[in-house]
Amino acid sequence: MSFRPAFDVSEIEDLLNVEKDGENVSLMAVLEDVQARYRYLPKDAMILISERMGVPLSQAYSVATFYNAFSLKPKGKHIINVCLGTACMVRGSRRILDRISGRLGIEPGETTEDGEFTLETVNCLGACALGPIVVLDDAYSGQMNASKADALLRDAMAEVEAV
Amino acid sequence: MKKIRTTEELEGFRETLVTGRDPEKPRVSVCCGTGCRVYGSMKVIEAFEEEIDSSGLDKKIDVVSTGCHGFCEKGPVVVLKPSGIFYQRVDAADVPGIISETMLKGRVIEELLYTDPGSGKTIVYEHDVPFYQKQRRLVLDLNGDIDPTNIEDYVAFGGYSALSKAVERMSPEEIIEEVGNSGLRGRGGAGFPTGLKWKLCRKAEGDTKYVICNADEGDPGAYMDRSIMEGNPHRVLEGMIIGARAIGAHQGYVYIRNEYPLAVENLRIAIAQAEACGFLGNNILGSGFDLSIQIRPGSGAFVCGEETALMASIEDRVGEPRPRPPYPAVSGLWGKPTNINNVETWANVPIIIERGGDWYSQIGTADSKGTKIFSVVGNINNTGLVEVPMGATLSEIVYDIGGGIPGGKACKAVQLGGPSGGCVPVEHFDVPIDYESLQELGSIMGSGGMVVCDEDTCMVELARFFMSFVQEESCGKCVPCRLGTKAMLDVLTRITEGNGQDGDIEYLLELGEQIKESSLCGLGQTAPNPVLSTIRYFRDEYEAHIQDTCCPAHVCKPLIQYSIDVEACTGCGRCLRACPVEAISGEKKEPHIIDQEKCIKCGSCREVCKFDAVMVE
Amino acid sequence: MITLTIDGRQVEALEGATLLEAARENDIEIPTLCFHEALEPYGGCRLCVVELVGPKGSQLVASCVHPAEEGAEVRTNSEMVRRSRRTTVELLLAAAPNAKVIQDLAAEMGVEQPRVRLGDNDCILCGLCVRACDEIVGANAISLVNRGFVKEVKPPFGIGSNACIGCTTCVFICPTGAIKLADVLTNRSVHEWKSDFEFRPCKICGDHYLAPELRQDYEELLVEEQV
Repeated sequence: MSFRPAFDVSEIEDLLNVEKDGENVSLMAVLEDVQARYRYLPKDAMILISERMGVPLSQAYSVATFYNAFSLKPKGKHIINVCLGTACMVRGSRRILDRISGRLGIEPGETTEDGEFTLETVNCLGACALGPIVVLDDAYSGQMNASKADALLRDAMAEVEAV
Repeated sequence: MKKIRTTEELEGFRETLVTGRDPEKPRVSVCCGTGCRVYGSMKVIEAFEEEIDSSGLDKKIDVVSTGCHGFCEKGPVVVLKPSGIFYQRVDAADVPGIISETMLKGRVIEELLYTDPGSGKTIVYEHDVPFYQKQRRLVLDLNGDIDPTNIEDYVAFGGYSALSKAVERMSPEEIIEEVGNSGLRGRGGAGFPTGLKWKLCRKAEGDTKYVICNADEGDPGAYMDRSIMEGNPHRVLEGMIIGARAIGAHQGYVYIRNEYPLAVENLRIAIAQAEACGFLGNNILGSGFDLSIQIRPGSGAFVCGEETALMASIEDRVGEPRPRPPYPAVSGLWGKPTNINNVETWANVPIIIERGGDWYSQIGTADSKGTKIFSVVGNINNTGLVEVPMGATLSEIVYDIGGGIPGGKACKAVQLGGPSGGCVPVEHFDVPIDYESLQELGSIMGSGGMVVCDEDTCMVELARFFMSFVQEESCGKCVPCRLGTKAMLDVLTRITEGNGQDGDIEYLLELGEQIKESSLCGLGQTAPNPVLSTIRYFRDEYEAHIQDTCCPAHVCKPLIQYSIDVEACTGCGRCLRACPVEAISGEKKEPHIIDQEKCIKCGSCREVCKFDAVMVE
Repeated sequence: MITLTIDGRQVEALEGATLLEAARENDIEIPTLCFHEALEPYGGCRLCVVELVGPKGSQLVASCVHPAEEGAEVRTNSEMVRRSRRTTVELLLAAAPNAKVIQDLAAEMGVEQPRVRLGDNDCILCGLCVRACDEIVGANAISLVNRGFVKEVKPPFGIGSNACIGCTTCVFICPTGAIKLADVLTNRSVHEWKSDFEFRPCKICGDHYLAPELRQDYEELLVEEQV
């Protein structure tokens, strides 16, 4: 059983510079760069990274599955993040999550069939005065409620259709 | 930026900056912390710059985009200096008026002023606003004055003079003694005496030592550290440089949550500028001391706020805590002596060195010195950051500063310390806050997150929420935490679903105590706290759920029912339209009715009804 | 040598010893699950906790990792310790009800029926297999994956690891038998890791005895020894 990476090495060559400014680049920094570029960590990329950095694949895999920042499954083009921190919680963020989840037909952590939207939750973004907060890609929306969430989704879906 | 090579050069540089700035020159300070940015403060900044430019006033008025002012409920916040006029909820459209009326003609714009809910009067000046009046801002003092991305602002306001003093006139031992005398205790939550921690690390054997800033502020509802990092990152750096000098470390790390992009960016800029000026790098201010600081972003794991898990993460491993001893001061990052402190702890250091440990120890209580920043959030009128001396009471914070509870509702309790903490009910709000008094009440100081819960909060659901958080974040290494908190969560979930059983409360208490005693790390050791404290003070709510299948606060969905009061309903149809599952039916002007089979208990109908006709029980 | 008190008795221990080592040197039994002499102590199962008496009260510490210090006062079987062990075993029984070693421990401690049900997985996440594969064998074919309640032991991506050499150390060291091995005729398979090996026949006697992956390792070892 041996794995020949189907991945094209050149695609992530620049991210595999094991040394930057004379210092060894950390595994997690490389994984973050790959995650940012592909919206997930492709298996073949992991194998390559493991070989290049001399880190056992099992250790790289442990790290990839331990931290929220990494995903082994492709994420949607758009990430909808609902804050479930305590402050947002006491202001009703659970209801907003339920509404969005219902409308998109997916549970938190899942991606819609068409690959457009991934629904996630986060335990506090630190903008508690504006709670409840929903973040769509990089845009924060504060003082949300279920109906505003509907509107946000409608606009987001309309934009997707328009493309 | 020119490199500053000696303390004399620094003083010369500072003097140039200060004399080059006219303190009477009008300055507009606009809050550009994360919160106010969401409100649109960047557009306000743009509007000011445009208006000032087009009116030819660019030499006459300065605009400063600052970090978080703290009064987050009223953002975007704009303060006019030097007068101190305080404007809230400022829109880009308000800007021309602010310049022409207030700045040029001295006329105050009433609609932009803060109104005190108690007296109904408007307040003009920042220092008169009750939210700020009762605070003692030592750490957050410059957040409204400086542009965090411009090191010159920090220096002009006295920044890096503590470093100067430490390097010029104090030996490492004297620095440690000063911090020890101040009584400063770790602000991350554990409250360990900082001076003692530094002493242990200095004493530890080895030439390679590290300093780390724990900026992995993971408690939901806590954002003090974010605002310090966004608004005054240099103060944290200055503290770390002084600490590194005292301990003998030449490499530092700031481990900061990746969920705080603005703080990461401002910190990055600050480090680059500090390096350019010579506050970081080789031979700092001619002392012969070298230090470099790197940023390590977190990767989304609450447990990495625990010091040994944090270090494992920097070492590219999974964030699993390890047993102690050995303590990090002796064997930490890569096995070397390491001093880890929280952001707020580091930020206090320059203040202590500048003004003296004795002066610092006059503030606070017998065993808890200095000030503490709290993020007051949840069901509260004045959401924001509050810095008070240790010993202030919850009454003062919730009512005098926080402005009480929205909607005129009663306050039930305050949750301190996040998932590791406990609730403090209203009857104990007059207890002076310090590390020990909170422990006696079954809570902890924590990092400063203070979630206010009103009468409509279900304390059982709150406990379940915290336990589900812990379950998601547990690293899974040790049995009591991995399996024990799952068991507790399963029981709590059953209770909130109306399937509680006799003996559940006793089991939660017993298992909670065992998990506290047996877990490997602080996460597990404190995970049962929210459950234990809510049972202690709100046992009746648990019993209502279990014995009567009733949720007194009308929150737990399986235990509540929404219905429409036929007397009060006007048949306006608002609820019908708001219902996401079409569970409401009725003719216009006729009382409407909810189909209980379809109802998902989302509460939207109650939210939109203007006639109080939707009841929940 | 240092002196400390265990269960009221003054005993001696080597400097640098752990409390577990100090106890065992002095014929005092402490139960363990995730401990193994050949591996770095883990401190995960919490079964080996002992009560450390201090000036501000007692705390429980994992004896497998906690250093034995001069003058320490330790209780290995106090009420505090027994309550903790019973809870640990009850939780393990709730999660691994069919694992014999857990059933035996439960019987010893008087734990009958767990008060909750947490699943039925023979793997108790003691980490011995992973740690052995890393520290002793050096293959790093498996690791602890995910975090929290859904933590599990897996080869990377859950498919057969090409780092596995079929040495079966993990099978041998697993306390509950959660790792299933089948040596059938000429094939060895380790079910959990989806690893399969084909034994090669001996040129002389024709018996099938060794997989090439294992042989490679031995060859390297032999070469090293010769050098």
